[in-house]
Amino acid sequence: MLSVILIILAGIFFTGIVIRTKSIASGRKGPGLLQPIKDVIRLFKKGSVYSETTSFIFQIAPTIYFSSIIMAMLVVPFGQSKGLISFNGDFIFFAYVLALGKFFSIISALDTGSSFEGMGASREALYSMFAEPAFFILMGSLAILTGFSSFQEIFSALHLGSYVSYAIATLATFVLLMVAMVENSRMPIDDPKTHLELTMVHEVMILDNSGFDLGLILTAGYLKFAIFGALIFNLFVGMVSYQYAIPLFFAIEAFMAVLVGLIESFMARFRMSHNAQFIVALTSVALLIFFGVLLVSGKFL
Amino acid sequence: MNYISISNNQTISISEIPQNEYDSFLELNTGLLIKHPERHCVNYFGYKYNNQINLICCIADDTEHQIYVSSCLVQTPVKLHSFTAINFSFEKFEPEIHENFEIDYIDHPWLKPVRYPFNRSDKSRTIANYPFFSIDSEELHEVGVGPIHAGVIEPGHFRFLCNGEQILHLEIQLGYQHRGLEQLFLDKKKMLQRTTLAENIAGDTVAGHTTAFAHVWESLCGFKASPDIELSRTLALELERIAIHTGDLSAACTDIAYQLGSSVFGRLRTPMVNYFQEWCGNRLAKGLIRPGRNQFPITEALSNRLKVVLDKFEPDFVEMNSELFKLPSALSRFERTGIVTYDDVLSIGTVGMSARMSGLNRDIRQSHPYSLYPQLKHEPVIKHHGDVFSRLQIRKKEVRQSIEYIRNLLNNPLENPVKDTILNVPKTNSFAISLVEGWRGEICHCAITDEKGELIVYKIKDPSFHNWLALALAVRNNEISDFPICNKSFNLSYCGHDL
Repeated sequence: MLSVILIILAGIFFTGIVIRTKSIASGRKGPGLLQPIKDVIRLFKKGSVYSETTSFIFQIAPTIYFSSIIMAMLVVPFGQSKGLISFNGDFIFFAYVLALGKFFSIISALDTGSSFEGMGASREALYSMFAEPAFFILMGSLAILTGFSSFQEIFSALHLGSYVSYAIATLATFVLLMVAMVENSRMPIDDPKTHLELTMVHEVMILDNSGFDLGLILTAGYLKFAIFGALIFNLFVGMVSYQYAIPLFFAIEAFMAVLVGLIESFMARFRMSHNAQFIVALTSVALLIFFGVLLVSGKFL
Repeated sequence: MNYISISNNQTISISEIPQNEYDSFLELNTGLLIKHPERHCVNYFGYKYNNQINLICCIADDTEHQIYVSSCLVQTPVKLHSFTAINFSFEKFEPEIHENFEIDYIDHPWLKPVRYPFNRSDKSRTIANYPFFSIDSEELHEVGVGPIHAGVIEPGHFRFLCNGEQILHLEIQLGYQHRGLEQLFLDKKKMLQRTTLAENIAGDTVAGHTTAFAHVWESLCGFKASPDIELSRTLALELERIAIHTGDLSAACTDIAYQLGSSVFGRLRTPMVNYFQEWCGNRLAKGLIRPGRNQFPITEALSNRLKVVLDKFEPDFVEMNSELFKLPSALSRFERTGIVTYDDVLSIGTVGMSARMSGLNRDIRQSHPYSLYPQLKHEPVIKHHGDVFSRLQIRKKEVRQSIEYIRNLLNNPLENPVKDTILNVPKTNSFAISLVEGWRGEICHCAITDEKGELIVYKIKDPSFHNWLALALAVRNNEISDFPICNKSFNLSYCGHDL
């Protein structure tokens, strides 16, 4: 339960911090930290407009996408406290419930019949396909290392290990952070600020969504980032008591948000064809972790 | 040799332009261009003359600093062989003639509508039934962008044929911005009305087009502009170049999502346009240039102010450029993106920056100097790769060059403005041509008067008219997601094309 509350709280501020960082980096004052939430509340008060060419898929997809994120949020633990749902193999559930939401957002984009949205859908499908092995190799390696197969057990066991586990955790942080960038369509994979449909990935898929539906999709996006932040937090902080863990959680989330803001301020986006290479490279980093784990646990050599 | 050789801003009697039979007219003008990369067609148009169509073709020779003008009368309706079949650089001019008059071309490869003028010969050709080049394939797909632009700038429709992410073909359909400007020039008789029209041909090239109009008009009236008038015009042209080039660098950074460059260049553009505001009361230099007089002479105070503005601008501009052009992620987007080869730009006859990016030297400031450019001895910035990177490098270097020119001009002692200048009525039965290098490239204005000295033809050619095709070629085999950066690196005008 604790993790759910904390993730929601972090999600409220996360995107605001990213936007504020970008504003300050470019010499502007920027909107308040709560502006993204205010935007979402405004959207929730509106009705949705549906194109005549769309079917019921387009109407149910935002809700399914949003609920998939909520489901995924429920399995994420916080330190020693389990998530609301916890069972053996819950990280597989986590990945595929996110994939389910993504699947629906892809087919709803195709449902509009727009040539832009079809392109965006194909890009998103490709990138998540490449990102999937990275996530599974990473979590699988951690499962081998600890001998457990649920998020909470893996993460709490990880901290009992040696310095090597911290080295692995550092690499894992990189992979998780980049998977979070891919999953959330942030720079350098995608540019959330662009107005150019031809270069969009995620944004172009939701061009036809409006009002309440758009609010759901945006809220889901804010939560998704906070969820990945919580996973990264868990890599480092297992057995720390709550009075330190909770501030540390917010510190890590805020640090991540500032990092995202800085990356988006001071570098250009990748060329579209380099995205696939970059995401595949994540899988090779995950493989490095895998072999590291095999070495440490003596199953190799 | 049935043509007359004139120089930039020269007025000749219409009877001095030699008449040709169409076959020799075709042979003459296409022949002039063969194996002469220094020559290109600056304008080729027709107008109604005694129930016939008089075609006038102007070929500029950059090394001889001359313009070769020839003409040909044809009786309509008629079917003709096209220039384009021999030389692609007439590709846009002939469809325009075909659209306006009942002249059909037998062997033109790409006879598409240009801008749907109200008095076009075939009213059944409308914007809704544009004949797109299409494909019938299971594997390829079409992407249509526009006519409403994502950034809500100007309307134009782009249709891509793609193989996945790769663009095979781009067709650009324009004409949404057509305002009938050339006709308005004839209808509106007052000088102020006409100058205002010239200022609004393309909102981003106010100084360029107004200078061209002023030169054409002064040439028709036999007026010799005093140095203080030409100083104002030259300064305005170079300031406009600095402002727009800086804004384009900002926009290029926006398109690759490089926020720092986008905001810094955006901030740097502001003092430049604000200087126009201080000078003439309009940030886009509207109202600054008038034929035959100097509305806003450069004073000592204005001159010092401009020096201060430039001194503050330059170091920031240089620093941001060195940041941008050494950032690996930015370079990977710019380099080898949207290449147009030398052979291509030569064959389609691009002008200005879109020629210089691929090693083709086309710069009116050097080849047909006007205003104060003869004394500046301009050396064009030439790049050779023809990619986005080259186009941005040209912008960076031209801005610094323009700053040098402005400083040189301001260091000369200011001349006292000549007061109470008198502009005579235009000469009768005359033809005048003016070439000006706007920031985008060569602007060509032609005017013809009748026996009473009234305008009967006013022909405008914005550089975009040639250069849109270069964009279509540039994006071939590129990723479709690189189209915006290619488009921005050309930054062509919709309304300059549509008139």
